[in-house]
Amino acid sequence: MSVNALLTGRVSGERLELVAAGDWTADRANELEKQVIRATPVPKGPVTSLRINMQGVAKLDTYGAWLLERLLRGSQESGIQADVVGLPEQFRVIVDTVHQTTEVPNPERVRRNYIGDWFETVGENIVDVGRSAALFAQMLGAVAVAWLRVLWRPRSFRFTSMVNQIDLVGWRAVPIILLITFLIGAILAQQGIFHFRKFGADVFVVDMVGILVLREVGVLIVCIMVAGRSGSAYTAELGSMKMREEIDALQTMGFNPISVLVLPRIIALVIAVPMLTFLGEMSALYGAGLVASLYGNIQPEVFLQRLREVISLDHFMVGMIKAPFMALVIGIVACVRGLETKGSAESLGLQTTNAVVQSIFLVIVLDGVFAVFFAAIDK
Amino acid sequence: MSITDNVLSLFEDEAPATLDISQDIALRVRNLHVNFRRQKVLKGVNFDVKRGEVLGFVGASGAGKSVLLRTMIGLIQPSEGTIEVFGQEFSRAKELREQLIERHWGILFQHGALFSALTVRQNVQFPMREYLKLSPRLLDEIAAAKLKMVGLPPEALNKMPSELSGGMIKRVALARALALDPAIVFLDEPTSGLDPISAGEFDNLIRTLQRTLGLTVFMVTHDLDSLHSVCDRIAVLADGKVIAAGPMSTMLASEHPWLKAYFRGKRGRVGATM
Repeated sequence: MSVNALLTGRVSGERLELVAAGDWTADRANELEKQVIRATPVPKGPVTSLRINMQGVAKLDTYGAWLLERLLRGSQESGIQADVVGLPEQFRVIVDTVHQTTEVPNPERVRRNYIGDWFETVGENIVDVGRSAALFAQMLGAVAVAWLRVLWRPRSFRFTSMVNQIDLVGWRAVPIILLITFLIGAILAQQGIFHFRKFGADVFVVDMVGILVLREVGVLIVCIMVAGRSGSAYTAELGSMKMREEIDALQTMGFNPISVLVLPRIIALVIAVPMLTFLGEMSALYGAGLVASLYGNIQPEVFLQRLREVISLDHFMVGMIKAPFMALVIGIVACVRGLETKGSAESLGLQTTNAVVQSIFLVIVLDGVFAVFFAAIDK
Repeated sequence: MSITDNVLSLFEDEAPATLDISQDIALRVRNLHVNFRRQKVLKGVNFDVKRGEVLGFVGASGAGKSVLLRTMIGLIQPSEGTIEVFGQEFSRAKELREQLIERHWGILFQHGALFSALTVRQNVQFPMREYLKLSPRLLDEIAAAKLKMVGLPPEALNKMPSELSGGMIKRVALARALALDPAIVFLDEPTSGLDPISAGEFDNLIRTLQRTLGLTVFMVTHDLDSLHSVCDRIAVLADGKVIAAGPMSTMLASEHPWLKAYFRGKRGRVGATM
């Protein structure tokens, strides 16, 4: 059978005689559609009536039935009378079923206005920022209340959960934190020595690295790492619990999800991050020292001597004070995003991404605020 | 499958071009053994599904119905035994044959398993885009027609799965299972979670579509009403084997204690009077 034998026709006078044959099924639907389009008579043309003989059709499924329907309707809408003859009995039901679906009209395809959409998206995002800020404040308040409740009744605190989280967020993060901060310290030292050499001011690299690491870079790098590692984990955990209605189950059993889930995680972060910050700072200084002695010919004794002269408790405290606040921000943002997750996998991915991006952004903003603050009090 | 068989199957080129769906036996399962984490779940399952019939599959919770269904559709590897779909052996090792068979079946998962990132229209069109080359206009028209055939209003087309009720999700999932006009449809507890009216409507829908499209239906279910009203034959899984198979009248007449409790217990009262 030739491939094109699905629909053939000839015109006799004002009437179009069509003959259908072969398999009117999904696999042939593409060619069949083309042939049906070709065969549909033009409105106000020479053809005023159409007859299609379906006797030779071997197989017919919903695709074939639909295309037959399209042919008939297309003709009828052009004012051309159309009828079907010779339809094998076994196909009658399916043709009727498909015909019935046309009684309810399809909805219009939504026309997209791309420029309008862009403005709309910008507007939505701005409104979202306000909403996110509100959610942040809400969660901060809820955590504060939960914390006060714990102070009132210390035995209700989920100590085991907190210790577990400290293990996950703190202890298990130590290797990667040490590694990253070591490298950062080394890179800073290398760049510093390279450029300070021109002024013969090699030894001032120690000043630069010491102050930078203790005041800014140590905390920032550690917090960014924690945001990516643990912030996303919190969002994903809480988000998938939300999706599976586990949060609802907790609430209906009389537990407060904030006290049970969020508070231990936040406290764990607030405890672990300063510890990680300290370790990170030491690791960075070690990395810098190593590079200084191997690359910059600054002996370890000289390095340590200079370091002791330059850095003071103030510098150290500036860095350490920032740590718990940044941990708080990371935790709150991550938990808010987790609980905001809607029902789909796509939503979970979106919230996790947003959690990491927002928490890193806020950490850096907070860093700026602290910089202003410390400058104002002359530390 | 031995290693040599596996390697040789990579060079297979003798998969037939089309599936012969005029065969009398749509599905043939022989001596199927499946282990699940060291436990023998299926211990030699044998049954046939005839072309054009609706077979209901029952068994106690935990008896292995889901495992059986998942093995038949290829999600679990049997340790022994064969599954034949319209005469073609279905086995994960023979990819061409597998794709040939998958083109001709549709599966309705218990919770719908709709793709959550796609609209209803896109969900139904998904298999069409994969297996057929169709014009965008025809894709839209057929998707709309399929959705109407399962009783959904046209407004549902642009919705996301998260915006649908449970009943609507099942209907969309059914439309997707029927997207390519399959020869066999597997239904995993289609009426679970539906209120009695919706469940009854869903049963009618399955029956109507089955007659209209000439489908063979393999249905795992607990719903006694479905079993009474829709199924031509019923097969019972217990102790890892099929212990009974036949029309409802055979089930009701059986003296097997489990069958008596299942079909003639307190909950069997309504269906039995039909």
